[in-house]
Amino acid sequence: MSNAPTVTSIAAGLGFPTLLRKELLRFWKVSFQTILAPVITAVLYLVIFAQVLADRVNVYGSVPYTAFLIPGLMMMSMLQNSFANPSSSLIQSRVTGNLVFVLLPPMSHREIFWAYVLAAIVRGMSVGACVWIVSLYFVAIPVKEPVWALLFAVLSCGIMAVLGLIAGLVSEKFDQLAAFQNFLIMPATFLSGVFYSVHTLPPFWQLVSHWNPIFYTIDGFRYGFFGLSDVSPWHSIAVVGGVFVALTFFTLRLLASGYKLRT
Amino acid sequence: MTAVSFEHVSKIYPPRSNGWKGLFRAPTGPGLQALDDVSFSVKPGEFFGLLGPNGAGKTTLISVLAGLTRATSGRASVCGHDVLTDYQAARRSLGVVPQELVYDPFFTVRETLQFQSGYFGLRKNDAWIDEILANLGLSEKSDTNMRALSGGMKRRVLVAQALVHRPPVIVLDEPTAGVDVDLRRSLWEFISRLNREGHTILLTTHYLEEAEALCNRIAMLKRGSIIALDTPQALIDQAGVEDLEDAFVHIMNAEIVTAEAA
Repeated sequence: MSNAPTVTSIAAGLGFPTLLRKELLRFWKVSFQTILAPVITAVLYLVIFAQVLADRVNVYGSVPYTAFLIPGLMMMSMLQNSFANPSSSLIQSRVTGNLVFVLLPPMSHREIFWAYVLAAIVRGMSVGACVWIVSLYFVAIPVKEPVWALLFAVLSCGIMAVLGLIAGLVSEKFDQLAAFQNFLIMPATFLSGVFYSVHTLPPFWQLVSHWNPIFYTIDGFRYGFFGLSDVSPWHSIAVVGGVFVALTFFTLRLLASGYKLRT
Repeated sequence: MTAVSFEHVSKIYPPRSNGWKGLFRAPTGPGLQALDDVSFSVKPGEFFGLLGPNGAGKTTLISVLAGLTRATSGRASVCGHDVLTDYQAARRSLGVVPQELVYDPFFTVRETLQFQSGYFGLRKNDAWIDEILANLGLSEKSDTNMRALSGGMKRRVLVAQALVHRPPVIVLDEPTAGVDVDLRRSLWEFISRLNREGHTILLTTHYLEEAEALCNRIAMLKRGSIIALDTPQALIDQAGVEDLEDAFVHIMNAEIVTAEAA
């Protein structure tokens, strides 16, 4: 061992790249559970719903129901997995106590925020890409507006990643996190037009759907594939981008305050 | 410059509401006074002991230093760096070995140390990591998953994690709790060597013979207040007893008598 070191002599960079890498590896090491399982779930939905409803549901006039379903299922899987990544990582670290290793180093709240959020976006996008690849077996859908599709995918995963971070910060026990998933995330994703076009709903439920920001993520993402959507993609991107920015500011303030992290 | 400094540090934990109530309702009540106007400093290169019964505030004091807990009032610093206003420099100067055996079950020993090093911004640190692994007898376990290690080995990894960024100040919070004799001996040999090389050590322990043998100075903490601070020999002489354990019991009980008399 060398003589007592002085920290100032060591050229130190940011902790962000390492925390991002660790969060990526955390889900990659259990990719059977974090990537493959949600892909299988999405494919089951596709097989069952497409089989049952293909001849009964008419959407956008010319788009077959199976094709209509695929972007919705992709987005639903992306949203749920983007939420799951930071929320499960934080709650596990909190319960096992190893969160202290993230809190002891000199990382800023911004580094911690972006590492968790970007890792979650990568997981969401990976699941979405895998669902799309598998869905090619059933029906090959064109991507008419790839830039729109990519933009909505990234921002939508970002929204759920930030919500997952908030849920992980707020929850002290697994049942509290489960409540977030069961009472907020699941209803918001299922009731946002994954399986139907909101134009087929009664006027009241159409109005309710327009207050659900998740509706705009799915509708905008669908526009990227078909060039058709229930509302204008500009309207959707404004809502999705606005929600992402608002949640980002809120969560950065939460992290900077040390909420439930630094007592 | 001091290695560690506490100036009039107090900490009152607010009362807590459990479960969902805590999300919607501000808790009421007096809270818990964990630290009460604590002031002392540790000199560079010193081996300093922090003793006290369970619940005395030792871990809270360490948490304030590490930035895990925010003091209600007062100021703490590491190597002259305020733990709040200059937190990055303060945390780079500090290595903490936590009391609990905590670990990330997803990763191997080497990955754990590489991540910890990276969190401090040190990404090409493998030579130093190898040296720490060798010195702590962990070289053969470097590719073993953390879950597969014994309690003693996990404890060694915790020490390695605290050293990975070469901090001048090392805090050990009851590092030998539940550790076998062999590991305890090798751990103290290693920590003593770090201290001889110039590292400042701040130690909390319930093993008073260890504190007596290793520490240059000792502070005794009770109900969040410092009730004695001196060299081990001076504390023993002051109590008029044979060893530090008797001195500890004497000082703690004397403090109760004084408090009751007051």
